[in-house]
Amino acid sequence: MDQIISNISILKAAPIFNLGLLIDGLLIGSIFALAAYGLALVWGVMNVKNLAQGDFIMIGGYLTWNLSRLGVEPLLGVPIAFVTLWCIGWIIYRAVVSKVIARDLFTSLLATFGIAIVIQQSLNLAFGPDTQSANADLPTWQFANGLITVTSTRLIGFVCAAILATTVILFMKNSRIGQAIRATAQDARAARVLGIDTEKVYAFTFSLNAAICGATGALVAMVWNVQPFMGTTYSIRLFVVVTAAGFGNLPGVIAAGFGMGVFEQFGGFILGAQYQQALIVLLLLIVLTVRQLQQLRERQAVQ
Amino acid sequence: MNATSLQPLIFWLLLLVGIAAPLLFPDYSNQLAVLWLMVIFALTWDILGGQMGYNSLGNIFFFGAGMYIAAVVQIGLFYDVGMYTSAGRTTHIVFTHAQYFTGFVLGLAAAGIGSALLALIIGWIVFGLRGPYFAIGTLGVAVAAAELMASWEWVGAASGISLPVFPGEPEFQKLFFYLLLFALAFVLLVFLRWLYATNFGLAVNAIRDDEEKAEAMGLHTRRYKRTALVIAAFFLGIAGAMFGNMIGFIEPRDIAFPTTTFNIFMVLMVLLGGKGTLWGPVVGAVIFHVIKEVTWTYFLGWQFIALGLLIVIIVVYFQQGVVGWLMERYPERFGIRVAPKEKEEPTVRMEIHLAPHSEGAE
Repeated sequence: MDQIISNISILKAAPIFNLGLLIDGLLIGSIFALAAYGLALVWGVMNVKNLAQGDFIMIGGYLTWNLSRLGVEPLLGVPIAFVTLWCIGWIIYRAVVSKVIARDLFTSLLATFGIAIVIQQSLNLAFGPDTQSANADLPTWQFANGLITVTSTRLIGFVCAAILATTVILFMKNSRIGQAIRATAQDARAARVLGIDTEKVYAFTFSLNAAICGATGALVAMVWNVQPFMGTTYSIRLFVVVTAAGFGNLPGVIAAGFGMGVFEQFGGFILGAQYQQALIVLLLLIVLTVRQLQQLRERQAVQ
Repeated sequence: MNATSLQPLIFWLLLLVGIAAPLLFPDYSNQLAVLWLMVIFALTWDILGGQMGYNSLGNIFFFGAGMYIAAVVQIGLFYDVGMYTSAGRTTHIVFTHAQYFTGFVLGLAAAGIGSALLALIIGWIVFGLRGPYFAIGTLGVAVAAAELMASWEWVGAASGISLPVFPGEPEFQKLFFYLLLFALAFVLLVFLRWLYATNFGLAVNAIRDDEEKAEAMGLHTRRYKRTALVIAAFFLGIAGAMFGNMIGFIEPRDIAFPTTTFNIFMVLMVLLGGKGTLWGPVVGAVIFHVIKEVTWTYFLGWQFIALGLLIVIIVVYFQQGVVGWLMERYPERFGIRVAPKEKEEPTVRMEIHLAPHSEGAE
């Protein structure tokens, strides 16, 4: 408790710290926003809640880490992870997701939970339970007498996330297949009547999501670190972001992603890093409760 | 002769087998005790997941809550809990016979009642959520509880509490806990058989089939949902208290709130056996536990990968479960009339769902 109060008083005494935390939060939040966009895409188009989202990120991260050990520039990991995860996503779609897509939501939730366990444990067996990080050896800039530090990897991560997000959004808006995806999201049956091969659209959407996660993972490995069991935390974070924003609301998802990053930076600073997981879960419960209260107001249930 | 008329016979047979098993195989009495624990898990999960259509991923919360409540009561009756947990690693504290058994009985009662009370509170929070939100919300409750207990020094934080040591021979101890868990599982089974035949069972099934319609028909759905959760929590709490005492040491992440092992086994066993039937969870628990105990040691580090694959395979290819499959194959044996035949007495008391049930409402 004393720790918390003294941390808050530091923030009060040196307002410049707040700015530092804010910048860090926004830079990291961009990564959350990117992966949350992928989750929202699959959720909206296929009505599947992918609990393996965080674990796809971890695969991408481990891929980049392995490449950097072999002497490949970590930034090159982004496109490589994108392509590899595209293939993995396609295989998983064909093998599992395509078979549960028409069933109820709990089925797909459980199926992706199973996939998540398989991925976590495989990564654990292959690379061990230690945290790893792909160091890019890039400079760190300092402002305001060293009170604000901006690592250039974070900035690069931010720029990469922004470029990727813009590309994907433009692609969804303008390309033929992007239009087909949006049509399927609106009404799958009508899309099928109009000659859109929804099966292909689903496969494409799921692979695209996995690829976005892979690229995100490459950034995470550069900016932060990766560990086999961290995937679940990412899944919960992304779920919080998408639930808070609503999956049809793209600007909302991006804003909530930034919000999540900032919230975590401040929460981590004030409470200490060991409460990080508890903080995320708590946020999940708060978001769900608020959503429920909103729903209650709309529904008139028998009490 | 069909399955419905066989039921009383099956109950007597089960009672006989349950009492005879530890005497016939004394070496395996611990594994058998865990088998009954699995049966309790599956049956309590099925109250919500199978009969009511609310797929919870956080039922383990009540198991762990019962464990901790019992531990605090058992220790707190005679010592200061904070002192006990901090001294537990250096000094050995002995409980007398009388202290142990009064503490144990009161602990079990407190665990059941305390878990039920927690269920009332949790139910108020989570039952506004539908479908997958409910699953994720309950999972969040369980994970949050694990994290909270892991940082609470008074109950031993992440390093856990040792419970009072059982005063008696190890052989007797094994038999004692086996019989307790068996009795609880048996009572639960008999209780659920009665419960599913009452109006409560029908109401809960109506909620599963169409909650909006059930509400429109004037059912107090929230009240029924909360009651179902309280029943599940009561039994899970007692089971948690028994299991905690059986292994003698509790710890938040892997024993009290194991969200990726016991918690997910519950769902798997019910799906394997057949969701929404009385005997499905029992069959599923027995099959799952036996397969797990026999093969687990051969996987050498690959167990959890195998578990994940098993989840995927069961969910994708075999969701109706063993009992569901049998019902589909031989409906007459279960007292379901397939085509309109000659007039019979409507003796069917079981509510059966053949097609995989889908949730329309979200």
